[in-house]
Formats: sequence, C-alpha cells, structure tokens
Amino acid sequence: MSLWTPDPTFYPSPRDAVAAPREKLAYVAAFDRSAERPDALAVLDTDPDSPAYGTVVGWTDLPYTGDELHHFGWNACSSALCPNAPHPHVERRYLIVPGLRSSRIYVYDTKDRVSPELVKVIEPEELGKRAGYSRPHTVHCGPEGLYVSALGGFGEDGPGGIALLDHTSFEVVGRWEADRGSQHLAYDFWWHINHDVLVSSEWGTPSMVEDGLVGELLLGRKYGHRLHFWDLRKRRHVQEIDLGDQHQMVLELRPAHDPTKTYGFAGVVTNVEDLSASIWVWHREGSRWEARKVVHIPAEPAAPEELPDILKPFGAVPPLVTDIDLSVDDRHLYVSCWGTGELKRYDVSDPFAPVETGSLRIGGIVGRAPHPAAPYERLAGGPQMIEVSRDGRRVYVTNSLYGSWDDQFYPDGVGAWMAKVDTETFTFDERFFPHGDDFRGLRPHQTRLQGGDASSDSYCYP
Amino acid sequence: MTLVAVILLGAFHGINPAMGWLFAVARGLQERSRDRLLQSLPVIALGHLASVALVALVVGATGSLVTGTALSIGAGVVLVAFGLWRLLSTRHFRWVGMRLSLGQLAAWSFLMSSAHGAGLMLLPVLTRIPAGHHGHAMSGGMFVAGVHTLAMFVTAGVVALVVYEFAGLAILRRAWFNLDRMWAAALVGAGVFTLVQAAW
Repeated sequence: MSLWTPDPTFYPSPRDAVAAPREKLAYVAAFDRSAERPDALAVLDTDPDSPAYGTVVGWTDLPYTGDELHHFGWNACSSALCPNAPHPHVERRYLIVPGLRSSRIYVYDTKDRVSPELVKVIEPEELGKRAGYSRPHTVHCGPEGLYVSALGGFGEDGPGGIALLDHTSFEVVGRWEADRGSQHLAYDFWWHINHDVLVSSEWGTPSMVEDGLVGELLLGRKYGHRLHFWDLRKRRHVQEIDLGDQHQMVLELRPAHDPTKTYGFAGVVTNVEDLSASIWVWHREGSRWEARKVVHIPAEPAAPEELPDILKPFGAVPPLVTDIDLSVDDRHLYVSCWGTGELKRYDVSDPFAPVETGSLRIGGIVGRAPHPAAPYERLAGGPQMIEVSRDGRRVYVTNSLYGSWDDQFYPDGVGAWMAKVDTETFTFDERFFPHGDDFRGLRPHQTRLQGGDASSDSYCYP
Repeated sequence: MTLVAVILLGAFHGINPAMGWLFAVARGLQERSRDRLLQSLPVIALGHLASVALVALVVGATGSLVTGTALSIGAGVVLVAFGLWRLLSTRHFRWVGMRLSLGQLAAWSFLMSSAHGAGLMLLPVLTRIPAGHHGHAMSGGMFVAGVHTLAMFVTAGVVALVVYEFAGLAILRRAWFNLDRMWAAALVGAGVFTLVQAAW
C-alpha cells in the first residue's frame, strides 16, 4: 500500500538526513556457528529514555539452520526521491536478509512490530537459476530494484557478481552485469548514483573463504586486490584498479554521500609484506579513476605464545581492517581493526589527508581490552561491523567477522558483544553493552538502524 | 470552459515532481548552475508535448474514421481502464541514469509522460473537437496539446525556480503528495466524463 506523503525516513540530501531523529531500535544479524540452531535477527532498544535501553527487546529466529547471516539491507531508501524515476510513497519497511552460507534470501517485515516477521524466502535455486549466483552478501536499494552482491556462482565457484531483485515482489530478476570485463572476485559494491557509476570490491570465491582463511592463498596473493568501476546504466565494466597484489582483500566501499562528489574510501584487510592494513581513496581524474593509499595502520609486535596458530610465524598482530563506515556528512571515517581490537576515527574533510582524531581499544587478539561497563571481563573479538547513525552522534560496533575466520583468529572463542560509542566524547556508552548470553549463544554481525543509517541510503540531491 | 480545463490539466502535470521540474532542479543543483536548470525545462516540456501530441494525433486520425460517439466511448473505456490500472498497480516508471544529454532528457520526459498517460487525460477535450473536417480536428488537437504543454511548462518552471532559489528540497518531505493516486483518479474521472458525454 502506498503512502500519501513520502516515507518520513527518506531525505532528499545528506544534509537533510543529518537532521533525522535518533533511532529507537537497531536490528542485528546473529548467527549460530554450529549451524544447529537457527540464526536470528536480534532487535536492540536504542532509546536512552526507555527502561529497556541497551537490551535485546525483539528476537526472530529464522526458519532454517546454517544460513550464516552476515549483511542485510532495506527494501527502500532515500534514492526513491531521485528525480529520474521517483516513487517516494513506498515504505521503508522490509529487511532483505541474505544467508551468506545457505544462499537463501529472507524478507522480513518490521512495520508496527518489534520482532520482524518473515514474509518471503527466496531459495538458493531461484537466485542461482535466474542470476547465476550464490552466497549473497551486500544489499542496496537502487534505481533498477534491489541489488545484491554475491561471492559465488551457481554450481560453480565463480565468478561472483550482482543479482537484481524486483523491489516490490522481491523476485530475482536476473544477473545485473551485461559485461563483467576482468571482474571475477566479488564482495561489496555501492555507487555514485548521480554519476551513473557503480564501484565493486573483491574478497574471494566460496572455496577461498568458507573453510577459513587459507594461508597459501594469502601468501600467494590470491585474494582480491582490485577495485572495479562500472557504468551503472549500461551495466558494463569500465575500469579496474589494481591496488597491488600485496594488498589482500579489498572489502568495504564507502563512497561520499554528497552526490556531486566522485570519491570514496575502501578498506584493505592486510598487506602480506608487513601485515599492515590500509585505507584507500578512489577518485576521478578526468575520465579515469585513480586510487591512492591515504591511511597505513601497522601491525603490532606480539610474543608468539600469545598468538593463535595462524599468526605464530609472524610474531605480530595484524590490525585487520574489516569494516569502515563514513558519516553521512562525509566528515568522519570510522575504521575497525578487528585484529588489534581498536576502533579508529579519522577526520576526512580532506579525503586525501585523513587525520586520526580518536582511538578506542576493545577486545583484540592480544589486548583483550574490556568494555567500561564490565571492566574485569577480557573480551575476545574486536570491533568489526560499524554502523553510524544518520546524525553522526552514535556509532555501533559488533564483534564477529565470519564464522570460520573467528575461529582462526580467536580460537578460544570469539564471544558475542555489541558496543555503542558517543561520538561527541568518543567514549563507550556504559549503558549500552549487550553481550554474552544476551545474544543466546549466537554471534552478532551487521547492524541496521531503524529508519536508515550511514551505509543504507544514497541521495540524488546535494 | 474547455480551454480552462486544458490549462488546469497542464498546471496539474507541471506541478507533479515526476513530470520533470524535479529533474531540472536536480540537474541545476548537481552543477550548482541555474542555467542548467533553465536549459532543462524547455527540453522536458518538449518531451511532454510530443507525448500529448501523439495522443491528439491518434484521436484525430481515429475520429476521421469512426463516429463521434464511438470515439468517445472508446476513449472513455481506455481512460477508465488505464486509470484503474494506475490506481491499483504498485509498479512505477523505471529509468536508470542521472547523467542525460538534453536529447536524452527529452526522451525521458516523453516516456515519463506517456507512461503516466498524460495525453490520455486530455481525451475528454480531444474527443469533443468537431470532426467535421479532418484538418480542423487535427489542428484543433495540436492547439490543445500546445496550450496544455505551455501551461505545464510555465507551472513547472515557476515551481522549479521557487524550489531552487528559495524553498529548498526539504519541502518534498511534506509537500510531495501522492499525485499518482490523484492522477489515477483524474484519469478514471476523465473517462467517466467522456462516457457520460457520449451518452448524451
């Protein structure tokens, strides 16, 4: 049913979205590593005036087991206001929730309820036969419907790519790419919507990631190290940028929200030469795309006996930048160092010259830093998925990366926790620390904030 | 009276953000250039004119072959059916791409207007143009399309400039009523009106 006036969570410009009211709920994808119990969507109370603030107030078990929930997204967002095909009277209401391991895609209704309710299941065969893909990952609402990236092919390891879903019926329309050029590995994607440009990144195919990080592949520099640029209209590959094969695993992509800008940030998990991590800026120069390393985060030396087997030979903890998130005003970039257990903040007002303006320690392979709400509890895992509220005042982090990788880097158990940072003081909120049994034995991954967040919406007006 | 209806329908189309003023504003904002906004508006109006004129031509040509009553009944049925489909369908016009040349923008406007049945809304007027003389009906139809588009152009231009210069786009969040529904209701209403005319 369509609305009489635009969905109030849609904003024409990022400037307007910064004035959005604060979120009252946060949705968190949580998965059972043993695949014996169903994964779930956990709903957190984020309203500080509520007596249940900081606790799990809603919970929806999935109908199956073994999905490994990871990333997810909304059915509609502010791009519905774009002038070329406006449809602002749809509702931001459904969460599109892929199972990264099962290849199922679930659609959950969040309207007028706390715990989301299942309305549709897309089976792996539908995704596979119509789009040729498996292992669905990132979801973005966009001009042709819902775009879902996928790591693997259907019945084969690769190439991964992007599938299109109809944004009213949620049926799989097909493969998005008309010409994939040199692209084979897939992971994240987003766009410069006003410039008709899509950008995608590379992790690995299912065989490269599902049973854990493969040392030979990493040292053989086989994981992804490229950015791909596409014509969003013609669905054609336009250009690739190789960051250098020492830069293994180019994951999250955060283009500027300002639609007049043509730059964005990409995080690289690790450099195999020195285990450092890095942040890159891509930008357009004339008709070509270029990329430049703007942040270097070194590894931290550690005694081998403190390290898990996979790191013992190196005698150091890699930062492992596994997620980055850009505030809606494009001024602050938040960076997760999942290995060292550090959340960093950079002022990126000048994207080519980021300035570090904050650092918080929590968890970490060696550090095991506690949360101030439980100062004697050594925490495993590190800040991993980051979500920034639209007004930029709150940052939420969860601690699990990916089941089999958690087990390699935190072999004594990664635990489960979620934390919130108030950005004005850049400190942890001591009232917000759901952890341990709050997640009922499941591991929390991506967070989506009610009404949208810094990584959910694109805007057509500056 | 008829002329007033034609002008009012033009204003109704012009005020609808989906018909193009919003695209003109977006193009202006993207380059921070009012000139780019002003260049876009006539091109959008041209696409709209082509869409409406096409309907006028079809009506004129059909009118020379069938009786006035048959024409009105046919037009009324088409309108009611199209209006109901617009009212009940959840599908919306899709178009990928924001960076359009002026020619592409005209094509976009033509398709957008056609998909919404902009020309169809004028059927009650177009079917009443006396068909006694073939050339007369045709030129009458073109006159209606021209006046309608002029009204659309002026309205869209005023709205675009007011939003660009003063109001700002945040106004969309409150003031963008679901014109698609009103639009669909207008189509059905125009169809019923045409059928009633035919019955008289």
